[in-house]
Amino acid sequence: MTVREVQKILNATLLCGEDALDAQVRTSCGSDMMSDVLAFVKDQSVLLTGLLNSQVVRTAEMMDMVCIVFVRGKTPDQSVVDLAKARGIAVMATRYRMFTACGLLYEQGLKGGCESDGE
Amino acid sequence: MANDTIKLELEVPGDDFTRAGEASSTVKGMLKKLGFSPNVVRKVAIAMYEGEINMVIHGGGGQITVEISPESGVSMSLVDHGPGIPNIELAMQEGWSTAPDSVRNLGFGAGMGLPNMKKYSDEMEILSEVGVGTTVNMKVHLA
Repeated sequence: MTVREVQKILNATLLCGEDALDAQVRTSCGSDMMSDVLAFVKDQSVLLTGLLNSQVVRTAEMMDMVCIVFVRGKTPDQSVVDLAKARGIAVMATRYRMFTACGLLYEQGLKGGCESDGE
Repeated sequence: MANDTIKLELEVPGDDFTRAGEASSTVKGMLKKLGFSPNVVRKVAIAMYEGEINMVIHGGGGQITVEISPESGVSMSLVDHGPGIPNIELAMQEGWSTAPDSVRNLGFGAGMGLPNMKKYSDEMEILSEVGVGTTVNMKVHLA
C-alpha cells in the first residue's frame, strides 16, 4: 500500500509530505503511547495517533516511519508539521476515530506486522 | 568510513519537553552519514531516544556522551543529576512507572522506557544513587 492509498482510504487531509505519497507502507501501528510504539520496530510503517505533540514526530523519525495519521479530526501545531516536513515524513489528518481508522486500513490489507498477532 | 573513533558531547535540557529527542536525532543523522547499517542506526536511535526522554521526564536533563567506532560500534553514556532510581530491578519491569499523569498525557510513562533501552542495546548498565542521579551506559554492536 502507498501513502497515497492510506490518504484515500482514510479520506484524510494531507498536511505535509507530497513527495512521500508514493512511498510504500508495509505495516501499521495505532497508539497514543509512544513507548509502546517504540517497542515494536517495523519497516516502513504508518503511525496512527491522537497525540499531537512533537514527540510523535520524533518517535516516527527514530523508527524510520514514513507517515503519521492524526485521528479524530485533530490537527497538530504548525511546528509539529514543520518538524515532520524537515524529516521527510508525510503527515495527514482524518476525521475517523482510532478504531475505525485502523479497521479501514486493516480491511484493505495493512497489518500490524507482529508475530504475536499471528500475522 | 574513517577508522577513527568520534566522540560527541550533547546537552539535554531538562525544562523543555518539545526539544527532547534533539540529541538522538543529531546522533542518528551522523550515523546515517557515516554509513552505519540501518539496523544499527535504528537500535542506537531508539535506545538513546528513550534514555533522553527519561532524562527530561525524571532527571531534569543532563549530558550524553557518545563514542562512535567504525570497528566496535556505538557507546552511549547518559548522565543526569535527578532523584535517582531506588529499585532498579523494579524499574526494569515492563509497565512499571513512577511518571505522573501529566507525563502520560504526553505519550510517555507507560513503563516501557528502560525495557526498550535494554531491548535495543546489546549491553546496558544502570548506575543510580538516590538523591545523586543516574548514569545509563549502553552499547550497540556492529554485528
